[in-house]
Amino acid sequence: METSASLAVHEPAVGDGWVGRRIRRKEDRRLVTGQGTYLADLRIPGTLEAAFLRSTQPHARIVNLDVSEARSSAGVVAVFTGADLAGIPPVSEPGGRDVNPVHAEAARLEVRPKPMPALADGVVRFVGQPVAVVVATDRSRAEDALKHIVVEYDPLPVVADAEAGVAPGAPLLHDDVPGNVAARFLAVAGDPDGVFASGGRRLRERFMVGRMAASAMEPRGILAAPDPGRGELTVWCTNARPHLVRQYVSEAVGVPADSVRVLPTDMGGSFGTGMFSEDVVVPVLAMRLGRPVRWIEDRVENLASTRHGRDQVHEVEVAYDADGRILAIRDRMLVDAGAYNMYVITVSYNVAAHFRNQYHIDHFSIEGVNVLTNRAPVTPVRGAGRPEATFVMDRVLDLVADDLGLDPAEIRFRNLIPADAMPYEVGLLYRDGQPIVYDNGDYPDQLRRALHLFDYEGWRARQREERDHGRRIGIGMSCFVEGSGFGPFEGAVVRIDQNGHVMVATGARPHGQSLETTLAQVCADQLGVSPNEVTVRAGDTTAIPFGVGTFASRSAVTAGTAVGMASHRVREKVLAIAALLLEVGPDDLDLRDGRAFPRGAPMRSVTLREIAHVAAPGPRSRLPEGMEPGLEATYYFVPPAVTFSSGTHVVAVEVDEETGFVRPLRYVSVDDCGVMLNPTVVEGQIHGGIAHGIGEALLEEVVYGEDGQLLTASYMDYLLPTVADVPEIEVQHQQFPSPRNPLGIKGVGEGGAVSPPAAIANAVADAMKPLRLRLTRVPLTPERVLTAIRSARAEADAQPEA
Amino acid sequence: MKPPPFDYRAPETLAEAVALVAEFGEDGKLLAGGQSLIPVLALRLASPRVLIDLNGVAELEYERLEGDRLVIGAMSRQRSVRKLPGLARRCAAIAEGIDLIGHVAIRNRGTVGGSVAHADPAAEWPALLLVLDGEIDVAGPRGTRTVAAPAFFESFFTTVLAPDEIVTEVRVTIPGGRSGSTFLELARRHGDFAIAGAVAAVTLSERDGTIADARVGLIGVAPTAVRATSTEEALRGARPTGAAIADAAALVGGHIDPASDIHGSADYRRQAARVLTRRALTRATERAAGSLEGSAGLAG
Amino acid sequence: MQALPGEEKITLRVNGVERTGRAEPRMTLADFLRDRLDLTGTHLGCEHGVCGACTVLLDGRSVRSCLMLAVQARGHDIATVEGLAAADGTLHPVQEAFSEEHGLQCGFCTPGFLMSVVELLEEDPDPSDDDIRIWLSGNLCRCTGYHNIVAAVRNAASRMRTQCPDAGRGDLG
Repeated sequence: METSASLAVHEPAVGDGWVGRRIRRKEDRRLVTGQGTYLADLRIPGTLEAAFLRSTQPHARIVNLDVSEARSSAGVVAVFTGADLAGIPPVSEPGGRDVNPVHAEAARLEVRPKPMPALADGVVRFVGQPVAVVVATDRSRAEDALKHIVVEYDPLPVVADAEAGVAPGAPLLHDDVPGNVAARFLAVAGDPDGVFASGGRRLRERFMVGRMAASAMEPRGILAAPDPGRGELTVWCTNARPHLVRQYVSEAVGVPADSVRVLPTDMGGSFGTGMFSEDVVVPVLAMRLGRPVRWIEDRVENLASTRHGRDQVHEVEVAYDADGRILAIRDRMLVDAGAYNMYVITVSYNVAAHFRNQYHIDHFSIEGVNVLTNRAPVTPVRGAGRPEATFVMDRVLDLVADDLGLDPAEIRFRNLIPADAMPYEVGLLYRDGQPIVYDNGDYPDQLRRALHLFDYEGWRARQREERDHGRRIGIGMSCFVEGSGFGPFEGAVVRIDQNGHVMVATGARPHGQSLETTLAQVCADQLGVSPNEVTVRAGDTTAIPFGVGTFASRSAVTAGTAVGMASHRVREKVLAIAALLLEVGPDDLDLRDGRAFPRGAPMRSVTLREIAHVAAPGPRSRLPEGMEPGLEATYYFVPPAVTFSSGTHVVAVEVDEETGFVRPLRYVSVDDCGVMLNPTVVEGQIHGGIAHGIGEALLEEVVYGEDGQLLTASYMDYLLPTVADVPEIEVQHQQFPSPRNPLGIKGVGEGGAVSPPAAIANAVADAMKPLRLRLTRVPLTPERVLTAIRSARAEADAQPEA
Repeated sequence: MKPPPFDYRAPETLAEAVALVAEFGEDGKLLAGGQSLIPVLALRLASPRVLIDLNGVAELEYERLEGDRLVIGAMSRQRSVRKLPGLARRCAAIAEGIDLIGHVAIRNRGTVGGSVAHADPAAEWPALLLVLDGEIDVAGPRGTRTVAAPAFFESFFTTVLAPDEIVTEVRVTIPGGRSGSTFLELARRHGDFAIAGAVAAVTLSERDGTIADARVGLIGVAPTAVRATSTEEALRGARPTGAAIADAAALVGGHIDPASDIHGSADYRRQAARVLTRRALTRATERAAGSLEGSAGLAG
Repeated sequence: MQALPGEEKITLRVNGVERTGRAEPRMTLADFLRDRLDLTGTHLGCEHGVCGACTVLLDGRSVRSCLMLAVQARGHDIATVEGLAAADGTLHPVQEAFSEEHGLQCGFCTPGFLMSVVELLEEDPDPSDDDIRIWLSGNLCRCTGYHNIVAAVRNAASRMRTQCPDAGRGDLG
């Protein structure tokens, strides 16, 4: 199961190589000078612009859709409805459709995938769903024409949330999905029912995790430019899965996949993943019209329909002993999947897989139900199930600690998986049908370090002092594990051109993750060059035939490994040719500073450029017997299993007990993400994740009314954290190299976002002790906190004096 | 998200502007700083036929302290008013209130006249005008008139302004003597519209230190900014104790009529108004007592 | 691009150079810079005045270019991110500091931050962390968690004080 390939033979992964160094990013210069090219910055003469008519109704039959007046609106080139685009396959998620039979049986999996039609098929099922599309000379005129589209809706009964969706007699979203249940599973480890039947201490609670929006700063967009004469299509798209886009577009427009080129741009974040209708519709329009067409999402469209996540209700019960050891947990989870269910159980099974976190809990069951509702479809958003699981688990742990009068750090030490239990089998299967095994780590040491870095004792003292002055300070903590580096694969092509310059291509598609720098560092170590001499072309379908993309904390692990391995193969080729030229054995050569030379004799060197020249095909070629010309290699890394990163957060907050406002004061994180390619980049990912999590904990919530209308339609109401909402963050690292890839990397893109809701809720509860606040729902809006304080006070007042 | 089409006029004098509002009436929409109007246009929540841009009317762009009066031309930018030398020292509530308006880029462009005419119930200037005996000068085809602040604001985004009238100047009176003031808000994030806000100005008697005058304005908790007159009356002549202030603050409930939204229910806003009133009065009183008003520490 | 009905000619100075383009009255300054002058470094993240990605300087003061019409910028001086680096390519201290401190990841919000910071450091060459946080609270970033942005502002302030010790004064009002 652990991979045997090794890359550390010639260059140490950490030490005097480029990997592990805090070098400045190659991306930065163009981005700080305004020379980045984001999707809306592309300029192709004659490009038309699309605008979508979106449903204003949460659930309704379209009884009349008349676009004739819009067609004659100024500047309009064409208008399309669902009927016009009926042949386009609906978008869904391949990972959601493919169910592993072993897993399906073990988890009693029932799934009814429900892909979303490109444009509404006669019924609209959420506010913001695309109904029709106008193509015009410019966006203003396209929007002008939208108001000339006549659409009449016959309202249908609304399923406002997941609990309403599974209520008896609930209206149905789709006739072929009985009870609105789009997926269901039951994952069991050990014998939880047996433990619960045997009596002892029990606690139960109900938790809610609000819906949030991924809300990347760059809205989505796509530009498709056809070459009608050749029957080819070039597509630029803010989708971090370019090869998947190519596949969909190829099918939708009916041209061979290799005639669809999906090219990268700079991309302003994603924080989730997904195929979207517009990614397919716009290329179809471009092909039909024979002209370049682009669509740039606006923020209102974005907040209504792009990458909503979370939205879960948990009913959890826990059995524990008098020492605070957790004996068993049972959880029942309702996931509001929204109106379509493209991702099926991707997120909800992540909850199951990560629920028990860093804790040793033998007996566990979780029943997950994905419910269809009249809300936007839910997709994975940074964390994708882990923040939800961690919020429930770490709140439960604090509730148990409260019950027993234990310090929250102490109860964690009593339940953490000990270091000598690694690798640790958690007793469940992953979605690929393999057992989930934490590869390595030392969780108790991680908590000790986090408490030390935080100055836990010092803050406890400060807390007592401030309490005397009427200030309510609270301290909270949470830990997490993160299965990262998800497959099925990622690849790399590494090539040295005739000038000795190195090009790396990969199917990963960065959008802030700094892969141009970190992948260059990996390659540079193998080829003895500086990262500045390595150009990374990521997410260009013409540069590499297969690719998966950048999401799910996977690219450093999968693309990083692929780049390392492909570079290593090129290195071997370089050394073999150099050996021929220098008339020494390849094992006696060193490769450094762009030159190969006999070890200890750097004056007798050949440059990469010279080697590249003789590696080219033709009469001057000088290659070892049987070697293919060209300094190029391709490697596809298929991870044996996900690799588990981990982290522990400790936070201090101040609570205004009269208003319910919560202010984070200090935030500390200690993580293990294995070998760090570039610690500065790793820390940036962690900082960003924590801010994301602070938003989830305190500010961000997509809110729908009981009538299914969206109430957070703009940035005035959907509240991203600002710099004034995020405290200084201190970060330290453990480094347990992953045994599941040769560079020892674990993913770090999401981890920061996992623990803040739990840690902050625990801190708020801590601030108000000895009151017992029922903080069961994030975000902790000021009103929810104040309400919890008032009810706890009322309850305390109702108790007779002890 | 692009604005709908409109005609655009850019008068360079007040007289030209008045002629244009007279010509277009209901079809015309005045554009001041645009920090509220342009998003409304971009979201296509309004489609005026003609936009009359006041940004070229230089005669409306001035701000000055004249004795105990702060005189502000309607097109004066929030930031320009804030940068008046000595403003924070003379009246902290105004400086703090301006600092609570959005973010610096909003204050660089947003105007005092625009804010007053827009009459957002969560905006700061209407409350400052109510508390500081504000007056609003208005010009239109029927001539000019001066409206006292309490008579100016009618309801949500509604004032006594006729469609063909333009705000030209606003004035407030800065309390003298042993006075202190402050502006406090509860907002989900810094710079957001307030869930609730309270402005307080307190003047202590030079003779015995009792409260000679107290003013309280509240925002975000009624269809317009409101004055909590019963709170004010309860404090007049009282000794400035914590208990007196808390008791008086508890009376704000009679003056407010908050609505619920996703950031706070009516009940929450009532609680917030009471807490903010108490805190604002406490701080204003401390400033008055310590002659802290306008000390260097309050600038910024 | 061909002229559209209702377009007017607009002349203004951008980064010290007189520029002319055509715009309908409804066109925002942001769209004008991007689509008519091809200065695409100014980004649009929300188009309703909240995210700050489109921040430019108008006569030296930061404004959101999505909350201004192009016609209103006639005759004014606009500074955009494209004008920050020197003609020889030397980065402005604020640009240098953002890169050095890893104060950007995806880079989409970065031009708006840079312009806001340029104005801040003109006003106050030595802002406190609180000053920095209040000043920049109108610029949203989803990637960095802001930690390194605050560090970058401190770094830039220090660079600029070293390079030009007398620059900037005044309060932050």
